[in-house]
Amino acid sequence: MTSLAITVNDKLYRIEVPPETPLLWVLRDTLGLTGTKYGCGMGLCGACTVHLDGESRRSCQTPVSSVGAKKITTIEGLSRDRSHPVQRAWIAEQVPQCGYCQSGQIMQAAAFLASTPHPTREQIDEAMNGNICRCATYQRIRRAIQRASGQNGR
Amino acid sequence: MIPQTQVSRRGFLKTSTKTAGALILGFCLGTRGQAQKQASAGDGLVFKPNAWLRITADDQITVLVEKPELGQGSRTYTPMMIAEELEVDWSAIHVEQAPTIPSIYQGLRTGGSGGVAHTFSPMRKVGAQAREMLITAAARQWKVKKEECRAENGAVVHGPTNRRLRYGELAGPASELPQVNPDQVTLKQPKNFRFIGKPLPRTDVPSKVDGSAVFGIDVRVPDMLFAVIARCPLFGGKLQSFDGATAKIVPGVRAVFPVPPLPRRFNTAGGVAVVADSTWAAMQGRKALLLRWDKGPGSRESTESLRKLVEERAAAPPTFIVIDRGDAREVLAGPVKKVEGHYESPFQAHATMEPMNTTVHVRDDEIEVWSPTQFGDEVQKEIVELSSLPTEKVIVHMMLCGGSFGRRYQWDYAAEAWQVAKEIKLPVQLVWTREDDMQHDFYRPYNYQRLSGGFDAQGKLVAWSTRVVTTPISGSNLYTGFTESLETLKDPATVAALEWYGADITPYSIPNFRLDYSHADSVVPRSWWRSVASSYTPFAKECFVDELAHASGRDPFQFRMDLLADKSPEKERLRAVLQLAAESADWGKALPKGRGRGIACRAGGSYSAQVAEISVNDDGTVQVLRVVSVVDCGIAVNPDGVRAMTEGAINFALTAVLSGEITIKDGAVEQSNFHDYQVLRINQAPEVEVHIVPSLEDPNGVGELGAMLVPPAVANAVFAATGVRVRRLPIDPQLLKRSKS
Repeated sequence: MTSLAITVNDKLYRIEVPPETPLLWVLRDTLGLTGTKYGCGMGLCGACTVHLDGESRRSCQTPVSSVGAKKITTIEGLSRDRSHPVQRAWIAEQVPQCGYCQSGQIMQAAAFLASTPHPTREQIDEAMNGNICRCATYQRIRRAIQRASGQNGR
Repeated sequence: MIPQTQVSRRGFLKTSTKTAGALILGFCLGTRGQAQKQASAGDGLVFKPNAWLRITADDQITVLVEKPELGQGSRTYTPMMIAEELEVDWSAIHVEQAPTIPSIYQGLRTGGSGGVAHTFSPMRKVGAQAREMLITAAARQWKVKKEECRAENGAVVHGPTNRRLRYGELAGPASELPQVNPDQVTLKQPKNFRFIGKPLPRTDVPSKVDGSAVFGIDVRVPDMLFAVIARCPLFGGKLQSFDGATAKIVPGVRAVFPVPPLPRRFNTAGGVAVVADSTWAAMQGRKALLLRWDKGPGSRESTESLRKLVEERAAAPPTFIVIDRGDAREVLAGPVKKVEGHYESPFQAHATMEPMNTTVHVRDDEIEVWSPTQFGDEVQKEIVELSSLPTEKVIVHMMLCGGSFGRRYQWDYAAEAWQVAKEIKLPVQLVWTREDDMQHDFYRPYNYQRLSGGFDAQGKLVAWSTRVVTTPISGSNLYTGFTESLETLKDPATVAALEWYGADITPYSIPNFRLDYSHADSVVPRSWWRSVASSYTPFAKECFVDELAHASGRDPFQFRMDLLADKSPEKERLRAVLQLAAESADWGKALPKGRGRGIACRAGGSYSAQVAEISVNDDGTVQVLRVVSVVDCGIAVNPDGVRAMTEGAINFALTAVLSGEITIKDGAVEQSNFHDYQVLRINQAPEVEVHIVPSLEDPNGVGELGAMLVPPAVANAVFAATGVRVRRLPIDPQLLKRSKS
């Protein structure tokens, strides 16, 4: 067990866990922030995506000891009231079905749009290709990202 | 999508809410005594006209939804149906999962795309019953005739004087009234619908964009622990011995103990449980276990052995004959131009994004269960039977499901969670890792179909025969003593209908038709997978129609229209969806070289036709560019829901067409995670265009519909583009790479 301090959604947490514990399980089991999902444990599906200093990261592949002073943002901290443009677009396009993967999809899309504000369809597909949606809401994900970027979703 | 003959699946569902009798208990809940008791409780007055509705004095309207929410929209279509008759503002409605009390709620399950169809009448009656009682309460208060009053936007209005009383104001007086018989209320005519038929936003979407939606795996209760089970990788294998000493020293691990296999309706594998402070610690503990397994009866089974077996079974006499109209065998043996084809599809995994899990707290005299399930009352029944507690002492919370596609129709994982939790006495969440989920699923059956068709001298299609061979769902899991026997296969009208449904060629007009069935034994557990037999029977049937069309030198669309030429409501409905699909997809218009279009259709319940447009990449992989889907499902209760289901079902099925395959080696599944079971990703997802046929017919399901026609539509498009006939799914890129070079 190691004592660590991490900043999640602007809040400082002191935790005692084995240092190699993936950030995913610290978020879910230690801090009770269950919006970040377990999907594969191998970085293959993107359900666990969070932001480290604004960049998307698979939390299942991120040992908590490697986070250091970087600011962690989870879906719970993306906005206080679902007002992030990506969240608003997700509602407008009615993207989620079961919704399980959508935290990861939204976090991936938010980081992507921050670096690529006006993406083409090809860029969207490339950026989102690591995020699996088994309900296969892909076409609405594309439209929502276009909408969030100020382009016509349809 | 439940066929008439699919008695067992239907009986199994016991979704008897279509009969008024099933609703009696729920409708009688809001008795005077109860309402008064509620009123004296001090937390404000609540009008409970029945078990599904609560209206409070501050105009809050709560709808209790029985059907689990798996992503299909039950928490939206149910309140839509109720609100339609209740005459309330959509924004006033709150949705809750109904408690698992099957004596009151008899629809705590969903399957067979039946949710909307089964609730359409009962849930409108729920709203209408409340509306009538509220109108009566207002009329009495005003001392006017009931007929002079109407319900409007959450209030009762007295027509002649324009006086209004909000539902909240009427909650008290309405609670004093005797119950209105739900079967005697008048329901609206479809032309007057305000909500039904409008694309309303889903009630659960806001919670699914901010991380607040609580799925089964998100359950957090005080003092809870987390567990995983090490299961034998070989189906039917058993634990011989284990050493848990090294697991116990992993930080956070609390307990290590064996759990026996349970020979139940849906058996569990048994193995060694590791219980820990966190999911991660439990996983690490499991890795440290030393395990020895007895291989069990299936260790020689492989995909190759299954392939051989199904081909053998296709050539041998059938287990039974399903349909024999005319004399197909004799005609096909005679002087006809004969066409033959065979089609094969392998096991498929459900691979829901949320792996299986259940949280259980075994207390001294009761058990509390939190389970993401498609079948809440069966979870309860299973744990009642296992624990010998009375039903009311097993509290089951039906949690949001992170996908299901048929997988959460089994309750093995809930039984396992109970097995672990009863040894711990603290709440325990059993989590399946992705690897567990991939390797211990109940898979879509392996199947093989052999077809023959014959044209007479005038070019008329006069005979058709189909042999369906599957590793049947019925008779699955025999190796652990599962009680359902292969005897059930001798009754084609019951369980066996699962295996061949969709292979009947009706409504195509072909005078001689024979359909027969053979089973192939396997140790691999099988069950329902989105669209069940219709995930493979249309692949064979509609590809074979394509073969017949080409063999007779005719256009595949026109060939179908000709087979549907005469007048019958069924044929007219199918011709209409075919026509619209062809027009919308530019059927017949030239395409660049290397591209192709394929068409397929189906009738019964919901009608549909699909056109897929594809190209073949240089590496031989197929890119599906566009899918046009025409849906005639009767009234589309929530058209945006119908679209979403159709888009999703098409893409779900594309996994099985393009890349997904579960293979068996030495009696175990070879795949373990998303690197080797490759599900569809966004760069493979086509643009899907959904056209909904306007209709005033009662609604039918769409959850599975979209999945049925993708395999033949894409395979036929591949033939159009390359001249290569796809015989086996997923499509082998090597096959098409050769055709390109």
